[in-house]
Amino acid sequence: MNITEKILARASGKTSVSPDDVVFVNVDKVMVHDVSGPGVMAVFEKLRKTGMKIDKIWDPERVWVAEDHFVPAADKISAQNIVLLTNFTKQFGIKKHFKYGMGQYGICHTLSHEEAMVLPGEVYVGGDSHTNTTGALGAFAAGLGHTDVAYVLLNGKIWFKVPETLFFKLNGKLPDHVMAKDLILKIIGDIGTDGAAYKTMQFGGIGISEMSVESRLTLTNMTTEAGAKSGIVEPDQKLRDYFAERGVTKYDEVHGDADAQYEKIYEYEGSEMEPIVAKPFSPDNTVVARDLSSVELDKAYIGSCTGAKLEDLRAAAKILKGKTVKIRTEVLPAAMSIFRKAMEEGLLKIFMDAGAVVGPPTCGACCGAHMGVLAKDEICISTTNRNFPGRMGHVESQTYLASPLVAAASAVTGKITDPRDIK
Amino acid sequence: MKGSVIKYERDNIDTDVILPGPYLKIHDYAELATHAMEGLDKDFHKRVKPGDFIVAGKNFGCGSSREHAPIALSYSGIKAVLALSFARIFYRNAVDGAFLLPIEIDENAYRDISDSDSLEVDISKNEIQNLTKNKVYKIKPFPELIGKIIEAGGLFNYKP
Repeated sequence: MNITEKILARASGKTSVSPDDVVFVNVDKVMVHDVSGPGVMAVFEKLRKTGMKIDKIWDPERVWVAEDHFVPAADKISAQNIVLLTNFTKQFGIKKHFKYGMGQYGICHTLSHEEAMVLPGEVYVGGDSHTNTTGALGAFAAGLGHTDVAYVLLNGKIWFKVPETLFFKLNGKLPDHVMAKDLILKIIGDIGTDGAAYKTMQFGGIGISEMSVESRLTLTNMTTEAGAKSGIVEPDQKLRDYFAERGVTKYDEVHGDADAQYEKIYEYEGSEMEPIVAKPFSPDNTVVARDLSSVELDKAYIGSCTGAKLEDLRAAAKILKGKTVKIRTEVLPAAMSIFRKAMEEGLLKIFMDAGAVVGPPTCGACCGAHMGVLAKDEICISTTNRNFPGRMGHVESQTYLASPLVAAASAVTGKITDPRDIK
Repeated sequence: MKGSVIKYERDNIDTDVILPGPYLKIHDYAELATHAMEGLDKDFHKRVKPGDFIVAGKNFGCGSSREHAPIALSYSGIKAVLALSFARIFYRNAVDGAFLLPIEIDENAYRDISDSDSLEVDISKNEIQNLTKNKVYKIKPFPELIGKIIEAGGLFNYKP
């Protein structure tokens, strides 16, 4: 069995499972945020109307809560949702609630790794499609809707069809001007937005071993954009070091067997990779960045769970140091812990000296909800993960998806720019 | 189930157009329905009638996990979406929440069914009758567990 099959077999109490088996698995961790939390509460209300009594949940210790989509509160309704979420965690005794304005908080997927909320070998589900991100920690991590999360909160388990696994093998290191974001955009461009539908995307090979945990998280984050159920990387020493830095040394790693089966293996040569951009209106609409050098921009956005981790900010700062932005540029670290480190390393000063706005962690602009949405006909280059019509604002705005290096280089020139072309 | 067709001849109809991001803060199902399909078809809520079917291409419901998407369609009156394929979270939200039926159709049916056609969908026989064109299309049976959850009326009513 491969790692995903072994995790699902263990969690369902079976000695082995195969793709297409349907299993009820015991869940180790569950996450809800300020959109899915109130959604789950609405499901609870619906169930109560049918006569079900809901006064406790399965295991409050295994549940954690993030405030990320509509913080700072965008309006009266979203402010009320935060109040609802707070009442919910109090009512059910959930202690791990990362609250906006009270120390560490941030985008749920970023907290999952920054705070080591999920450990290798675990089954983790969250009320958000980018829950896949956390699979880079060697866990099975998949997104679910409100009804399914409500079911997990009450029963501690959920059904999954055991997925086929596509294995993406990276031979050799990526060049300095290429980031994990470029690789995952290249892969999605190759296989399409439903190229991994219902499947797992596993990443391995020497290039992945050489890659930081944060970079691996960028890969698994965007497996969602290829339709994947989950993305995963096998645990290694880099991952153990990452957890050790966070004070966590005890967990039960799972590794694939030597004869693990994969539906298909794709190989990529690290040295051949180039900066890639996804054009509107789909993450698979990819071309090399240099082909778009005539595209004039209105905004550069460096934010989100995909593109505002510490190394993403370091990459952007490397380009922006001593430069001045030519277009509206926003930098929003993905969690307060990253914001703090970026401040201590002097990155925020570099951004501000360049003329960019530095803002608090939020999903707001990435999903076009608030905190800097696009006007009609505006064109944005963004380190986020989706560029569907209307994703970041007006339905006739346009978003180009790119790495933090490309986004920062483009902020400097006002046009889509390969980082190699910045003097 | 009898109803008429609202056809979108395109693939990858994502949850951002089915129910745009700014409305994610809303959890009143009837209010969500007034914004259904707003990112693609501003007139959808004026046009849709109880019992209607949406017909679409590949990978319907891709993108975010928002259950708002099947909820908004369901509370608009949509009983089933007939598509070439579905994105996984939309599919399980539709079934587990008992909001609507995600029915996979083949290329032939997809090409043949026109906007405003009148259909009768019978999942016990795995077939769709096109009452306008006087034709019958076979549909792919639901996998065993999915069929049982649908029959039970959603995941919470299903006893494993």
